[in-house]
Amino acid sequence: MLIYTLKRLVAGVITVWFIATATFIAMHQVPGDPLMNDKAVSDVIRQNLEQRYGLDKPVSQQYLIFLSNMLPPDPDFGISFTQQNRRVNDIIKDHFPVSAILGLLAITFATLGGILFGALTAIYRNRLPDFIIMFLVILGISVPSFVFAALGQLLLVNVNALIGYSFIPVAGWGTLMHMLMPSLVLGLGTMALLTRLMRSSMLEVVNEDYIKTARAKGLSPIRIFLKHQLRNAILPVITILGPQIAAITTGGFVVEFVFAIPGLGRYFIQAVQQLDYTVIMGTTVFYGAFLVLMVITVDVLYGFIDPRVRLK
Amino acid sequence: MIDFSPAEKSVAIEQITRPSLSYWQDAWQRLKKNTRAIISLYIIVFIAFFTLFGPFLWQVDPALQDLNQVSQAPALPKQALLSAAYIQWQRIVIQDFPAEPDSYRDQVYAPKSLRLINMATTQGVRLSWNPVVGAGGYNIYRNERYPEGFNDLGLPLGSTYAGNEIGYEDRLGLEPLTYYYSVVPTDGFDEYEVYSVLTVTPQLTITVDEAKARNLVSDTARPGDVISLEFHPLGTDYLGRDMLARLMEGARVSLFIGIFAPLFFVLFGIAYGGFAGYFGGRLDAVLMRFADFVVALPFLLFMILFKIAFGVGPGESGIIPMLIALVLLSWPATARLVRGQVLQIREQGYIEAARLLGGRDHYLIFRHIIPNTMGVILVTLTFAVPAAIFTEAFLSFIGMGVVPPTPSWGSMCNEGVKTMLSHPHELIFPALLISITVLAFNLLGDGFTEALDSRLRSRE
Amino acid sequence: MRLILAAQLLSVTFCCYGQVAATSVDYATQTITHALTEEPPQLNSMKATDQVSVEILGHVMEGLVRYDRRGNITPGVAERWEVTDSSATFWLRRNAKWSDGKPVTAHDFIFAWQNALDPKTASEYAFILYALKNAEAINQGELPTSALGVTASDDYTLIVTLERPIGYFIKLTAFTTYYPVRRDFYESRGTRYAADAKELIYNGAFTISEWVHSASLNMAKNPHYWDKNSITLNAINIDYITADSRAHLNLFIDGKIAHTGLDGETYKDALTQKLRINSFSTGSIFFLEYNHRPGRATSNINIRKAIQHVFDPAEMVNRVLATPGNLPGKSLFPVWVKGVSVRFRDEYPPPTATIDLNKAKQYLSDARAELKDIPPLVLLVSDSPIASKQAEYVQGLLLSKLGLKIVVDKQTFKQRLAKMSSGDFDIVGAGWGPDFDDVMTFGDLFASWNLNNRGRYTNPEYDRLVRVAMDSTVPKVRMDAMGELQQILFDDAVLLPQYEQGIIYLQHPKLKGVTRRVFGPDPDFTYARVVK
Repeated sequence: MLIYTLKRLVAGVITVWFIATATFIAMHQVPGDPLMNDKAVSDVIRQNLEQRYGLDKPVSQQYLIFLSNMLPPDPDFGISFTQQNRRVNDIIKDHFPVSAILGLLAITFATLGGILFGALTAIYRNRLPDFIIMFLVILGISVPSFVFAALGQLLLVNVNALIGYSFIPVAGWGTLMHMLMPSLVLGLGTMALLTRLMRSSMLEVVNEDYIKTARAKGLSPIRIFLKHQLRNAILPVITILGPQIAAITTGGFVVEFVFAIPGLGRYFIQAVQQLDYTVIMGTTVFYGAFLVLMVITVDVLYGFIDPRVRLK
Repeated sequence: MIDFSPAEKSVAIEQITRPSLSYWQDAWQRLKKNTRAIISLYIIVFIAFFTLFGPFLWQVDPALQDLNQVSQAPALPKQALLSAAYIQWQRIVIQDFPAEPDSYRDQVYAPKSLRLINMATTQGVRLSWNPVVGAGGYNIYRNERYPEGFNDLGLPLGSTYAGNEIGYEDRLGLEPLTYYYSVVPTDGFDEYEVYSVLTVTPQLTITVDEAKARNLVSDTARPGDVISLEFHPLGTDYLGRDMLARLMEGARVSLFIGIFAPLFFVLFGIAYGGFAGYFGGRLDAVLMRFADFVVALPFLLFMILFKIAFGVGPGESGIIPMLIALVLLSWPATARLVRGQVLQIREQGYIEAARLLGGRDHYLIFRHIIPNTMGVILVTLTFAVPAAIFTEAFLSFIGMGVVPPTPSWGSMCNEGVKTMLSHPHELIFPALLISITVLAFNLLGDGFTEALDSRLRSRE
Repeated sequence: MRLILAAQLLSVTFCCYGQVAATSVDYATQTITHALTEEPPQLNSMKATDQVSVEILGHVMEGLVRYDRRGNITPGVAERWEVTDSSATFWLRRNAKWSDGKPVTAHDFIFAWQNALDPKTASEYAFILYALKNAEAINQGELPTSALGVTASDDYTLIVTLERPIGYFIKLTAFTTYYPVRRDFYESRGTRYAADAKELIYNGAFTISEWVHSASLNMAKNPHYWDKNSITLNAINIDYITADSRAHLNLFIDGKIAHTGLDGETYKDALTQKLRINSFSTGSIFFLEYNHRPGRATSNINIRKAIQHVFDPAEMVNRVLATPGNLPGKSLFPVWVKGVSVRFRDEYPPPTATIDLNKAKQYLSDARAELKDIPPLVLLVSDSPIASKQAEYVQGLLLSKLGLKIVVDKQTFKQRLAKMSSGDFDIVGAGWGPDFDDVMTFGDLFASWNLNNRGRYTNPEYDRLVRVAMDSTVPKVRMDAMGELQQILFDDAVLLPQYEQGIIYLQHPKLKGVTRRVFGPDPDFTYARVVK
């Protein structure tokens, strides 16, 4: 177990190095000049700027400097090009927690909703509740997220206007109330996916021998449902949670934009548009490392949860 | 005394009651029973037809702008009046009235006899009013309902900056609606809280020159004639372009990305994963480690980075960089899947049997292994199509989608969502098409999953 | 870093974002709330370049002079001043204080100006200080910063030596780059200066009381401000930062913000909601700039003249932009630019081309004869939705009217800039906002030495006229030169004016005294108040 974890961690470090290198190469392929701005500047000023960001050195040297700065125990991604007095580390430290909380809530919504609705559709298979939920699920997977975000906000405005009191804030960040709608919107796609998965996995489990055995033993239907059917059906749902967490934490940009949330996604998009080298590198490598860590954690934990999985 | 007589030979004991079915025939039969999947298949065929042959049936240039009919909801052809060429508006300034008042007053009267000059048309609405004693200028407003009070005058169209400039021409996005114009006197800076209202319904007009340029009339047409404007069955967008034509054009982009990107990365994934899985060993380990690296790249972040790293030259639509970026980032999932399948199949008895019978590698791969992984691959493919369409839509949302004037469903959706309350049709049509396509592929994917599932097969 | 992060995750998020949820205006506490489109990227006044940073800095800092509500210069830190052709003297008020109670002195201005010009600071707006003696040489690294023509005869008297006579010098001193910076504070903060609320010291009407990056920025009345009795508001809270215009409108409808801009997509919804819409002219001019480099098709004047005769700015403003407030572009000089005694526009009416298809076709066939073959013209635009829309319009127009093929080259911000400066375009969509209240803020844009002349237009006569206007302080001489220059711009079709930008916005009916202005911080809430 320990060896397995260590092995995975070493592989993870190499993966992060691969991500960093790929980002570095791709970023330097992007045409354009990070130091250029609306107002043209003289050559002297330009040289000073180049010096400040180390862009006067050859690219290979920049790469090595970047790698050595990135080394633990104190990784340093440098200073942002657009916010010239903020360190990229600070940007990540200030804004990643926001994205993480949003993602966490979204995944919670998605999982709870997915399991609940999936189970419901399976119980009411081919009856009205099944059709209604499946219709909503279909909506969830077939409408782009920015449409949902806009509609969700509009709904809040109208509800608030109707009750004459700003019950759930339409945008902003701070209290749990602020987080409700954005995390719901963000989790919708995943919820739909999980519902479908849960439904088919429930239907598969129904015909398994151990359910028949349980029924033959005369267990109450509720007990069968909770103890045998649900528990076994959830397992395949959990396996796809790993990749889904990844998709949600990086995919929060739309929601952050529409709901004025100070998350990290906005910084990445802005950095790409502004060609802010240090922020692009910082956010990508950080996200990459985070995802690798998440996947390892999920895999290792899975070994604990499911006795059938033996880790070598 | 024989109790038993031999059974008649003619009875076929071992008759085959059902015709022998291949794996695919069997799957097809089961798919046919799945109504949802079959409807989805029809929808996909219809959308393909819409994309490929639609432009031949509806021959309207998707880039042609019709600024007389901007953001029109779906409607029957509109009638318009032909008008002479536009004549420059001359400001109305009366000389024997002071431009600036001698002294500032606490209050003034509302402008009297607010009136129209010339006929009100969608080419321009010209207003004039009597000068107000004490005014140093006027603000002109326009609303689409009768103003309920001073705070409900509507759009601030513009101002005049002299008490003796008593006319205004409005040409701002005029439509054949009823407008309520209000004129508010100012002291040259701040408004007095009085106003006069005039109700005007401009006539939909088009200049003769423009009508001729658009081939709407013959050469003999003259001002005053009534003609039919171009017909836009699904309405128009923000530049007056035909929505139906743009949806067909946009389908090409969205479906191109949606179908070719998955096709390419699945093909590459099959080759890569099949190769690794079949030969196994150290090669397999190295190849799969590399695939693991690529999987670890944050998808959307790299999608954006790659998209702009490949760059878009002038006049290019940016579809190809998007396609390449998608393929580069998506193949490992298929490769892993195929490898897993191949590893499993390789150990199956029939492969061993075929090998013992002298089957060579390429025979085994093409005759046995690949056909047996097809089911999984087909399912992956159908689910990858919606994902690719969504990725394109997301890129459009952050301004990195296709380059104008090329439309895509994603970019049309993104434009439409901004005006979803005032012009809902600009959002609904592209969103509906995305939804239907995504849904159809999803349901078809479900259908395939069920039809190809061997466990379900044995149950029937 | 990562481990600490995980531990902080919950605490950070819940401790610092707790105070949101106030209403948009509050009479009792004189507090207002509004939203920004982006986080101010640079609150170091020596380096700030963008509109949002300038807006915030205008509330928390004060220069020697400031603009009043009607756009006239009024005293700021300087009580009075005297400007001659060669020098300027400012007498500073003794009660002007920093937010820690220490007095604002002449040395604070000297430090700020020297530092901004220091090439190591690499300030992009350093050029606005070039009016000072030796400033340009210092900025080029040829002279030490101490050579700058500015001295303090005592703590409260600032004496400036000018490089050359400059009629509008006093207006320059209202600009952000001219704000004071206190040396001891600046040096104690190092690279972190202005990165957070605590890393900045204020001498304006407000201080930044709290700044949560990308989420909120709250300003509180500065108790040390010399004119605090004129300030009614106790707090200006910015609780939302997003570029999504629909989110802004929704927040306004929900009673969360007191002031917000509208755009072409949202104004109809604001009308349906029966909200009072205001309009304001930003003073910026947007135009299509041609590439005049030899070898480019657009260096041919006949092509440019042909386009000039089919492009109708009025149609663009009324049918394409279709939001009130924009004015059809007539020349490089917007309507508000002052002439000798009245508006420049009235004294020197700009020549305008009639929209004449036959004439345009004539020009085009001349161009075809000269160039043999006209390749598709590359129209370079940014990735903003409005820029795409305009490019699509121009593309459709030129194709349908002239059969002239245009290919749109849509690029992200930095890529567009790179292409602009390397000359990799035929036509580029550009805009220019004024920096100070003088015709010259536009006039020298196409001078051959101007780095912002991205199309590399060169015309000795144009350069001569710019020099005439620069070297003179006689209004008539300067304006005559600019009048001639305006004619050259038209005759040569150097650029194609599209529109003078206007914006529309919503303001809470109880919020009064907000100033919109062409120069300096906009919108300015300094003298705003909430009425009952």
